Amino acid sequence: MKLKKLKKISRRNAMMLIAGFTGTAILPSISFAQSSQALDRINEITKGLGATESDIWLDLPEIAENGNQVQVSFDIDSHLTESDHIKTVYILSDGNPSPNVAKFSFTPEMGSCSATTRMRLSKTQNVYLLAENNNGQFLMTNAKVKVTIGGCGG
Amino acid sequence: MSSIKPRVKVPKEVSVDEIVEIKTLIRHPMHSGRMKDADGQTIPRQIINSFSAKFNGKEVFQMDLEPSISTNPYIVFQYKAKESGKFDFEWIDDNGEIYSISKEMVVS
Repeated sequence: MKLKKLKKISRRNAMMLIAGFTGTAILPSISFAQSSQALDRINEITKGLGATESDIWLDLPEIAENGNQVQVSFDIDSHLTESDHIKTVYILSDGNPSPNVAKFSFTPEMGSCSATTRMRLSKTQNVYLLAENNNGQFLMTNAKVKVTIGGCGG
Repeated sequence: MSSIKPRVKVPKEVSVDEIVEIKTLIRHPMHSGRMKDADGQTIPRQIINSFSAKFNGKEVFQMDLEPSISTNPYIVFQYKAKESGKFDFEWIDDNGEIYSISKEMVVS
């Protein structure tokens, strides 16, 4: 009887061990994926709701020779009516000292939901675009830029 | 700092419902607060943190700028012309200084 009980415990222990192993095996990959400051910021802006990957036109050079002046353009398909329009667009960076780059506020009077500006990139990184429409839904996309000379003066 | 003069390109005459491209450029160092001068001293942060465009008094476009925006901020956006009127563009500096420029647009 005593022996049986011991056996049971050891089996449970074994199960826990296996669970522990798989846990530690999966955990690092999750924490690695979430260590991105841009994704953290997206989580913060969307209040944990997250954003759906969308087919947004985000134009950045594949290779930026000078990280001081990198042109970034975007164009989002939007109906631009009072009841359905893109309200806010965020540009977020993964490798700069701060994830925030710019926040654009659009109104339905705009001809299209597009804009162009120039940003600094301190190193090779992903640039994210997060768009919020008036119903509180979020869309996102990202682009990777290789930077030859960093542009944050660090 | 009063020497800062923004430049804006707005088409003067457009037709109704035409989508016009508005290009803006302002000369500003955009000190991010991380750069160092020749003596190794950190240059304090001083950037333009906000840009807005009003058409006939109504705000149509606004942008918050962060230190990650380049020197001499260049901003392009589009606007659908419906009626003649005046654009008012405004840039606000960290120290509260406001740079502004106005442009007329005739819609026919």
